[in-house]
Amino acid sequence: MARWIRWVVGILCVLVIVGAIYFPILRRRLRAAAKLQQQTAEQARRELTQAVPVNPGEPRVKAKLFWASGNGDGTLMDSTVELPLSSDPVLRSKQVLNTLLAGPVDADLRTLPPDAVLLAFYLLPNGTAIADFSEPLATATPSGIQSEQMAVDSIARTLEANVPKVQRLKILIHGQEVETLAGHLDLTGTFLVNAEGPLPAPVAATPAATPPGAEKPSAPAPATDKPAPAAAPATRPASPDGV
Amino acid sequence: MLLDVESIARMKQCAWVRNGSRIGALFLLFVSGAGVLSFSSPATSETAPAAPQAQPATPESPPQTISPAVPRAGLNVVVLDPAHGGTDPGARGTGGIRESEIVLDFAAQVRRALESQGFQVVQTRQGNEDPSFDDRSALANAQSGAVFLTLHIASTGLPGTARVYVNSDLPVSGDVAGLISWDRAQTPFQGLSRKLGDLVQGLLAQRFKGSPSTAQTAAVRQLRTTAAPAIAVEISSVVVENRADLDRMAPGVADAIATGVAAFRPSYVVPTTRGGTP
Repeated sequence: MARWIRWVVGILCVLVIVGAIYFPILRRRLRAAAKLQQQTAEQARRELTQAVPVNPGEPRVKAKLFWASGNGDGTLMDSTVELPLSSDPVLRSKQVLNTLLAGPVDADLRTLPPDAVLLAFYLLPNGTAIADFSEPLATATPSGIQSEQMAVDSIARTLEANVPKVQRLKILIHGQEVETLAGHLDLTGTFLVNAEGPLPAPVAATPAATPPGAEKPSAPAPATDKPAPAAAPATRPASPDGV
Repeated sequence: MLLDVESIARMKQCAWVRNGSRIGALFLLFVSGAGVLSFSSPATSETAPAAPQAQPATPESPPQTISPAVPRAGLNVVVLDPAHGGTDPGARGTGGIRESEIVLDFAAQVRRALESQGFQVVQTRQGNEDPSFDDRSALANAQSGAVFLTLHIASTGLPGTARVYVNSDLPVSGDVAGLISWDRAQTPFQGLSRKLGDLVQGLLAQRFKGSPSTAQTAAVRQLRTTAAPAIAVEISSVVVENRADLDRMAPGVADAIATGVAAFRPSYVVPTTRGGTP
């Protein structure tokens, strides 16, 4: 065999060995880079859609945020985070909800999908807040009564703890009312947020039309454990025993 | 019957068979809109079959009806709702477990356990169909002396546990003397639902460690439009690696439900006078 052929074979062998060693390292680096790129895209989208003017001059206050307790039993746990919260209730609500969406340090304690963003937030004079979330809130929240209840509870309780003016919460998905969050939890109504506050006039009342003197249908056992409130709120409360 | 349907957005029809007397009171439940009901409640004749009227007047009727025969006072019927189905698989596990399939298997065992307790069982679906929420409720609302149970498998929760949910407190309709709004059909039954839920949850807690001892509250869409004591039973969870882990729970869940519903029977009081309340 000619000498130059031996050299070529030797170089090729070395290259194959180096390639075999380097290829797994390269693959790991590519995966890490892709993950970083994904996170960056998510952060960029969040920054674009959730730009909330924050006045650095605002005093930093302790905001109470509700994430999963980690017990696996569907309960929530409050965490205190120092934020320069605005005194304006709408800006303040956006700030705490965006922080809630950003998630806790431990990602396993998330209650809302990482891709979900708050698109808009309105507060009506009667205390009803309308929070409009992007579609991932509905499509990426795990399907189930417990998981959907946790998601809504974390939003409602976070607002309750930080924005006293919010008394009720209506959740929209991409500007639309949807029947359920992910197949179970009813989003057609509003959730009671601050039960202690003064009750506004009902806004979603749809009483059945009945002529005067019409007989009541003979419903089987319409019993209630407690008397009906005199001025019932037009709300379905977020689970009172969620925590 | 005269009905001014001007500006009615949506309407549901339901027949109510009273306490075994076969005197049906046909009434209309308005979902939304500002409809005006001019007249209602013409009682059907003694010989009129109740069940055909009881079917909702929608093109997608529920797959199964209950026989109108042998009406008895009190709790006789259990409407069993295996959730999801059709194009809606419900919760999905990484191991390919689909909620819509498992709840059907659970329903078969629950059905057998209930029938052994003497209950007549009606299922909202028998196979891979997906009736709407309203269709499932309509089937329950058409029964006399019934309770409603919807079965679910969760995506979360401690594996091997089971939870019972009753609906959150609904606002009381402004017209308490009138018809029940379809949107709030569950309202008058919340007390009974809570009682049934606590009974079943207590029995589940005895069989499945880590389960809560009392029923929890949640705004479950399926329960809201159901005019009967109604609970949702959710098992954890689809994330188990082996489906056999869930299958092993089925007999215990079935027994707890059947025993709980049987224990609830004395609490279920049907009004004896027209429009009366217990």
